[in-house]
Amino acid sequence: MAEWTPTPPRPAPASSVGFSAWARRNLFATPGDVAFTVLGAAFIIWLGNVIIDWAFINASFAGDDRTACLKPVQGACWPFIDAKLGQFIYGRYPEAETWRVNLVFLFGAVGLVPMLVPAAPFKSFNIAFLLGFYPVFTFVMLTGGLFGLAEVETTDWGGLLVTLVVAVTGIAASLPLGIMLALGRRSKLPIIRYFCIGFIEVFRGVPLITVLFMASVMLPLFLPDGVNFDKLMRCLIGVALFSSAYMAEVVRGGLQAIPKGQYEAGAALGLGYWKTTRLIILPQALKLVIPGIVNTFIGLFKDTTLVLIVGLFDLLGIVQFHFTDASWATPETHITGYVFAGAVFWVFCFAMSRYSIFMENRLSTGR
Amino acid sequence: MTQNDEIISIQNLNKWFGNFHVLRDINLSVRSGEKIVICGPSGSGKSTLIRCINRLEVHQEGDIVVNGVRLDGSLKNLEDVRSEVGMLFQQFNLFPHMTVLENCALAPMWVRHMPRHEAEALAHKFLERVRIPHQAAKYPGQLSGGQQQRVAIARALCMNPRIMLFDEPTSALDPEMIKEVLDVMVELAHDGMTMICVTHEMGFARQVADRVIFMDEGEIVEENAPEAFFSNPRSDRTKLFLSQVL
Repeated sequence: MAEWTPTPPRPAPASSVGFSAWARRNLFATPGDVAFTVLGAAFIIWLGNVIIDWAFINASFAGDDRTACLKPVQGACWPFIDAKLGQFIYGRYPEAETWRVNLVFLFGAVGLVPMLVPAAPFKSFNIAFLLGFYPVFTFVMLTGGLFGLAEVETTDWGGLLVTLVVAVTGIAASLPLGIMLALGRRSKLPIIRYFCIGFIEVFRGVPLITVLFMASVMLPLFLPDGVNFDKLMRCLIGVALFSSAYMAEVVRGGLQAIPKGQYEAGAALGLGYWKTTRLIILPQALKLVIPGIVNTFIGLFKDTTLVLIVGLFDLLGIVQFHFTDASWATPETHITGYVFAGAVFWVFCFAMSRYSIFMENRLSTGR
Repeated sequence: MTQNDEIISIQNLNKWFGNFHVLRDINLSVRSGEKIVICGPSGSGKSTLIRCINRLEVHQEGDIVVNGVRLDGSLKNLEDVRSEVGMLFQQFNLFPHMTVLENCALAPMWVRHMPRHEAEALAHKFLERVRIPHQAAKYPGQLSGGQQQRVAIARALCMNPRIMLFDEPTSALDPEMIKEVLDVMVELAHDGMTMICVTHEMGFARQVADRVIFMDEGEIVEENAPEAFFSNPRSDRTKLFLSQVL
């Protein structure tokens, strides 16, 4: 009987690998492809030119009022952003006290960055800092009235500060609340299940604007006289409840994708419901729905702009508010302001998106 | 056979899925160290029967006493039973987000409250025993089916169970991998583990079983020592089944 030896592998032909092969396959395969490639390239070059002309070549970079931005061919009016930057970030937060906001931002970054880097050490300390110390610290620093800090009414907060406070609170509250609601909706106990279904369907069934209006206009009517809680606080609660209803359905989608065998394997090993859920089910379910979770976070981040309708000025609100400043009234003020606000939102949302892709890849275990 | 070393006692067990009567008047007594193979056509209730033993399925009528503990819906009893009864599944059901080592160490740490280093030492010991000590750091998705099922055996053994239930452990495996899993199961049998196996591996039944049980339509049709069962089946139904699987 002849001995069988496997045929050794040979390298792929040179014409099928490398950049030129890729370009031939994807850009110039047919006459139609060539036409599309040429048209597409022309469009990209044209668009790039328009953007560069507007943002740099024809733009104004220095000046103290509208006269800086009245050239015959005027691009972006960057001095407007420069002059109003403090307002855009802090709103009407007293200038002498803005160091407190900066400190809160700084501590937030210091807590968040090592949290997001999987290799960074002291994770449990880090979590305690972010979930225990940081919220208290932020509350005391921003509202003041303690330790000799001057009190700052939340009606004076504005700009990026309000955007971040609302978004971060909403994000931090919606994930745990959403998980509890999702588990509750799958519970075998009817009272818990029907409560969760009712909660989710009510909050998902009404627009966020309605929730915010309810929180800021209707809620005080039901509270006894003299009980007044802060408008921003009411918005935070409204946003948190609203987004947790969405989050619950995202998480439930993940829970439903986990095979029954995983629950059974946990049960057969003697792990109870909570241990099985925490150690086996949730880590897998949440990993599956990272795109959905981040989608909800991004949606929530952008929905913070709606707090404008109850009289709070988030970043977009305050940018729009400053369009009314007569000393900066130029044809380019609006578009420059919107581009700036859009860019800030985009940076945050894009960062979340990229981080979610990083986590998906990192958590992938070859299945 | 003395009454004291009875480890599982099932009396007049009846179970329904909705209106479907899936287990009918089952009586079964298993002694400590006994190996029982359950076979039968699909839908005969054999999987449901062993899943009742660790209460993955809840029965409506009858008594099940496992290791001296009655399965009556009390949560305390349930956890007592489950931590003494290991189970293997057709689909392995390893936890895909954990390494092999973490899969094995999980239950000792969270059910037995064992410190991590002890639990991992234990896990290594049993991974050695199922002959895959070098895969400890891999994820289940990176292993072959046979290797995954052996990890599942190691994971169950880490809880030091008194009884092992096998629910068609080789049915999802390629022929080349069935043997590696069966070899581990045979070794386990020789070490004196009480085993109840739902399987179609008749060679395995011949080699290790003390009793073979044949089920059909939710009933135990025939129960016998393996030689007698295979060479001289009593009922026509058993003969027909054996003629198809052998």
